[in-house]
Amino acid sequence: MSASLTALRRQLLAGETSPADLLKSLAASITKRDSTTGAYLSHDLETALAEAATADLSLPLGGIPIAIKDNLNVLGQPCSCGSRFLAKNYRAPYDATVITKLRAAGAIPFGRTNLDEFAMGSATENSALGTTRNPHDSSRIPGGSSGGSAAAVADRTAIAALGSDTGGSIRQPASHCGVVGLKPSYGRVSRYGLVAFASSLDQIGPLTQTVEDAARILQAIAGHDPKDSTSLQAPVPDYLAHLNDGVRGMKLGVPREYFGEGIDPGVRRNVETAIQSLAAQGAEIIEISLPHTQHAVATYYVIAPAEASSNLSRFDGIRYGHRTEKPNDILDLYRRSREEGFGPEVKRRIILGTYVLSSGYYDAYYSRAQKVRTLIRRDFETAFQTVDAILSPVAPTPARRLGALACDPLHEYLSDIFTLSANLAGIPGISVPCGTTDFDGGTNLPVGLQILGPHLGEAKLLQIAQAAQI
Amino acid sequence: MSQPNIDVRYVANLARLDLSDAEVATFQGQLDAILGHVESLSALDVSGIEPTAHPAPVFGPMRDDTPGNSLTPSAFLANTPDQAQGQLRVPKVVTDA
Repeated sequence: MSASLTALRRQLLAGETSPADLLKSLAASITKRDSTTGAYLSHDLETALAEAATADLSLPLGGIPIAIKDNLNVLGQPCSCGSRFLAKNYRAPYDATVITKLRAAGAIPFGRTNLDEFAMGSATENSALGTTRNPHDSSRIPGGSSGGSAAAVADRTAIAALGSDTGGSIRQPASHCGVVGLKPSYGRVSRYGLVAFASSLDQIGPLTQTVEDAARILQAIAGHDPKDSTSLQAPVPDYLAHLNDGVRGMKLGVPREYFGEGIDPGVRRNVETAIQSLAAQGAEIIEISLPHTQHAVATYYVIAPAEASSNLSRFDGIRYGHRTEKPNDILDLYRRSREEGFGPEVKRRIILGTYVLSSGYYDAYYSRAQKVRTLIRRDFETAFQTVDAILSPVAPTPARRLGALACDPLHEYLSDIFTLSANLAGIPGISVPCGTTDFDGGTNLPVGLQILGPHLGEAKLLQIAQAAQI
Repeated sequence: MSQPNIDVRYVANLARLDLSDAEVATFQGQLDAILGHVESLSALDVSGIEPTAHPAPVFGPMRDDTPGNSLTPSAFLANTPDQAQGQLRVPKVVTDA
């Protein structure tokens, strides 16, 4: 299935294919190729075909199957979050709002994609349920945490997919797999039905083959939802209206802090070439400073685990998910259910989050990190007084080898440096493929250009991404 | 901020999480390293800076008070590990006098 969502919509409207044909073709490619890639945890062709039979092709996404990260609830389907805790006995009892909206736009949710457990990770290696491999080099990670969604789109076993991004979990796997990944502004898309990791950072967004496809999906899922009090009332603009208007006259900032030590030379070269291309199309490139960049990782790894430790307290073995056998008493039930159900990264973050919120440490860690978050947010506000958008790499390197950082979580966290700040500041970010490079014995590995915009600036972000797309 | 000195088993107990001795040993080194990195925040002067809890705060939102559907008891109970007579079943939590 190599055609884009936009192209397939044209084929559907011309009667050249049907929703059922698309589903059967995807299912065949999953059978053929996904035993290697491992992008999917499950898929239910029968249910999807039943939905396809009544698909309304006149709707904006009519008849298009979309793969769903396995932390988004789709009525009656599994929602494992890549965790043993929910792997066996959990079926979603309702649709997430993004699923309701996708259905209202005519799309068909099809397939559950792998992820780092509860979206905690940057490689999809923290999934308790299987390994996902990068379709460009099966010895390498797809990135994460939406690694299954990115790999499926790259492997053409999905036309498009939804992911979630708490610190880069859409943009970084998109970069590593050579697809487009958009994290909307905080509050742009309802989080209702997304299993919460860090509630002040999480956003749902599309992973697609093209920028136009991402715009079409954002159009369908954006907007206020009474079920998510943090979703904003702001009107949703037409994301396609100015998509092809180009970048002439725009001011694009390049933060010097994002091009320092630790960046792979191939990544730097590709990103600089993409920046030059935007300059050649008439954009003015301006060097800027985001002076608190160096504190983003420390800030994030206080705030995100703090929120996670609170959110994951709901997994107590009582109401749903895993429960230990023969507990001695209620405390034993909690402790052992959680010990057995959670994997190492989730435990690490629960402990870290509990620590920074605990009496005697709250002010030194959590309260201080929230203040530094303000400084990081102000860096962007200041920058956007001068520039329309900010250009940077998505990740310091292309996809690394599977297993290379298995025992070094801090090293893994540090690789999130370029993506975390957008979540802390609540601004939108997109990853667009900008060529390939050789890295660490691998050849032709994808590199992503990150474009960051001001809060609710998705339309202009997509317009720049369209111009940057090669 | 002082030098990190996290008591892993104590904090895990606060989080209602059993850990094996091997996990405690592994997490101790990893968490010390992470907290060591977090120490860099102590170099910043944050006096007078307002904390950010949410990047786009919405204060006191109220939705329309209109009736709607919520989960039925059977839909809810379909995911429970143990149930009896239409109720969640849990271990006995009160001891005999």
